[in-house]
Amino acid sequence: MNIFFYIAAVVALISTIMAISGKNAIHSLLYLILSLLAVSVIFYLLDAPFIAALEVIIYAGAIMVLFIFVTMMLNVGTESSKVNKLTNPRKWIVPSILSAILFMDFILALKNVPASTSAGQVVLPKQVGISLFSTYLLAVEIAAILLMAGVIGAYHLGSQKKKVTHRFLEKK
Amino acid sequence: MLTVPIEIQILFAGILFLLGLIGLLVRRNMIYMLMSIEIMFNSAGLVFIIAANRWKQPDGQVMFIFILAVTAVEVAIALALLLQVYHHYKTLDADAVNKLKDYN
Repeated sequence: MNIFFYIAAVVALISTIMAISGKNAIHSLLYLILSLLAVSVIFYLLDAPFIAALEVIIYAGAIMVLFIFVTMMLNVGTESSKVNKLTNPRKWIVPSILSAILFMDFILALKNVPASTSAGQVVLPKQVGISLFSTYLLAVEIAAILLMAGVIGAYHLGSQKKKVTHRFLEKK
Repeated sequence: MLTVPIEIQILFAGILFLLGLIGLLVRRNMIYMLMSIEIMFNSAGLVFIIAANRWKQPDGQVMFIFILAVTAVEVAIALALLLQVYHHYKTLDADAVNKLKDYN
């Protein structure tokens, strides 16, 4: 049982080190996604399957896709134009092996760990929802206001400003 | 039931946080700095989940959901800012954006 935790932890640490030390931004982002998936397996092992699903959906699915879109828009990858580099096995053999290890770890953990569903032993998602909308109701509303401020701020920052200066007054 | 000692779990979260901090301090590319901030957010959430598992209370998981919301807002704003910086300076180097620096 404990070995699953250690394997996922080692995968997370290795992929995080590769993510912060990489040269190509896209490769680092893919390593970071692998790190988030490994942490998600750890969440599952810590009896929080709902949080593990949220980690995969929101972190790896939404936030990292946002990163990848921006990276592709900016085109800062140094070797993104050279397609034949992708066929170089040295580029993808390490993340493939790490992903395969993580996948086997997760499958074996699913088979070997008994799913405890009784309240009191584990925290069920139902308890999380009840606590979220009773004890922490004010915090939920503050988070909603924060999200709205984020939407407005991102729209304001993302829109291209219209030029108001006459072209004779522009400084060269 | 996971029987890994809680010290080991906290140590793992701490190492993950430290890696994010090292990445934030070492890398000068803004995308890498944002990625390092994500790693640090994630390890902070991991500590909350470890504590929730230790005391069998739902509060830790609730806090993780709040961290998730804050992270989503932070990433959206930061990436929009990053696009503006790239439009103005044509680079993503954090040291290039120094117009607020006091030159005396």
